[in-house]
Amino acid sequence: MKKIIDFTVRENRPLTDTLFFLTLYAPELPEVAAGQFVNIKVEGSPEIFLRRPISIFDADPAAGLLYLLIKIAGKGTARLAELKKGEKLNILLPLGNTFTLPGKEERILLVGGGVGIAPMHFLAKTLRQKGLHPELLIGVRSCSDVVLRENLEIVAPLHCTTEDGTFGEKGFPTAHSVWRKTFDRIYCCGPDPMMRAVADHAFRKGIACEVSLENTMACGIGACLCCVTETQEGHKCVCTEGPVFNTKALKWQN
Amino acid sequence: MAKLAINLAGLELKNPVLTASGTFGYGTEFQDFIDLSRLGGFIVKGTTLHPREGNPYPRMAETASGMLNAVGLQNKGVDYFIDRIYPGIQGLKTNILVNVSGSTVSDYVETAAKINELEHIPAIELNISCPNVKEGGMAFGTRCSSVSEVVRAVRQVYRKHLMVKLSPNVTDIQEIARTAEAEGADSLSLINTLMGMAVDIRKRKPVLSTVTGGLSGPCVKPVALRMVWQVAKAVKIPVVGLGGIMNAADALEFLMAGASAVQIGTANFIDPAVTVKIIDGIEAYLDANGFGDVREIIGII
Repeated sequence: MKKIIDFTVRENRPLTDTLFFLTLYAPELPEVAAGQFVNIKVEGSPEIFLRRPISIFDADPAAGLLYLLIKIAGKGTARLAELKKGEKLNILLPLGNTFTLPGKEERILLVGGGVGIAPMHFLAKTLRQKGLHPELLIGVRSCSDVVLRENLEIVAPLHCTTEDGTFGEKGFPTAHSVWRKTFDRIYCCGPDPMMRAVADHAFRKGIACEVSLENTMACGIGACLCCVTETQEGHKCVCTEGPVFNTKALKWQN
Repeated sequence: MAKLAINLAGLELKNPVLTASGTFGYGTEFQDFIDLSRLGGFIVKGTTLHPREGNPYPRMAETASGMLNAVGLQNKGVDYFIDRIYPGIQGLKTNILVNVSGSTVSDYVETAAKINELEHIPAIELNISCPNVKEGGMAFGTRCSSVSEVVRAVRQVYRKHLMVKLSPNVTDIQEIARTAEAEGADSLSLINTLMGMAVDIRKRKPVLSTVTGGLSGPCVKPVALRMVWQVAKAVKIPVVGLGGIMNAADALEFLMAGASAVQIGTANFIDPAVTVKIIDGIEAYLDANGFGDVREIIGII
């Protein structure tokens, strides 16, 4: 069941010039699953009218803690970056569908680009808890963009590409040597061109691939029909029929 | 406890708060947040004779105190509504209105005739004001001759409450309102969105795939309020006010300006529970100010 809950900011940790990590607390945090997102009301300016959809990095419902990795992309996220410990935040959650969980024996690669590592972390942790052993590949610009490495390394063997070669292998994630291994299933979240490249790569290798989209949204609950993506079955709402889509359902390989 | 019930030209509302078409899905999207039976009614999204895919993404742009949308009446068509949606919502203890749209007069007529057969739909809202479709929509609502033609034709086949939703994108809203009244509308709702646009200066392109879209939210409220006030003075049938209502105070402004009921639209996107807060807020205002019945404040200014 979806809820509207007031959270309290426990910590707001800047990670880079554009990335920050929020720890939020609410006594009655509902169950959330990997792939789902939250829609945050941002107070303080008439120019920030709509809620901001943010994917979930991690959640601990027993402790009432929600962890969000956020990139400053505009006025709304810039305001969120200024949040102080103790401030309240009104959040609509949990929203959207979840990643399809794989079979027990499947070999899995998770690919995260930029702030897209957030849902990949939550998924990797979920898969580990189910006895699976996913590998995690992240693609960033430079070594200074490699954030939360300790959190990532706990949940999966970590592979990395940087565009400038300052950390891991130089180049884009699709060129990483980890692809020499055999995988049965790929999950990906990141900038649109990266997801399309990964989807194409997986398609050519005949591997199933799910991606998490981040279209601009208004309501987040399937009422406004603003966030649609084109699928083989016509326009679908990213907020309710996504954000996770099997790339076969999208009109990407045409 | 002030009385909140309104008789809207035969349509009995338990309170004057409805939801605006296109902002409330089929109602079920909001069941986690509110008890739908508390509403005076809700208006399901724009329904057309044939399925429509709507406009390409991007369809939305945030603005200061509002948003632009160019959804373009995406819906699965009236038959889908009747077969797949209606059975699941017909038992709800509130008024369910269907917003009917079309590209031609015969589209409107056929769709309205099908909805007329649904026992638990007591009214339609005739959408002659959607700014986001190439044919029909707003084109019908901006000239008296076409308003006259489409309302008259639908009136001949639709026997229950006929609400006509007016466009603000006109020079003289009063003459459009009088025309709809003369052709047999039971009530008028206004305003639909104001046509607007936004430019992405980084990409040096329009934000919306359709270039222009419909502006809604608190930024349009003063314009909506003025038009509701003008129309309420120009016609004898009841007027339903909408446009940027975010809270009970906004709703009360519309009632005082002459609206017999209000619709809550864009506010549902920010707070899915806002409608019941507005109902409670109207009642609290009436009680605190010594009014025994909401009808005492309608058109009070």
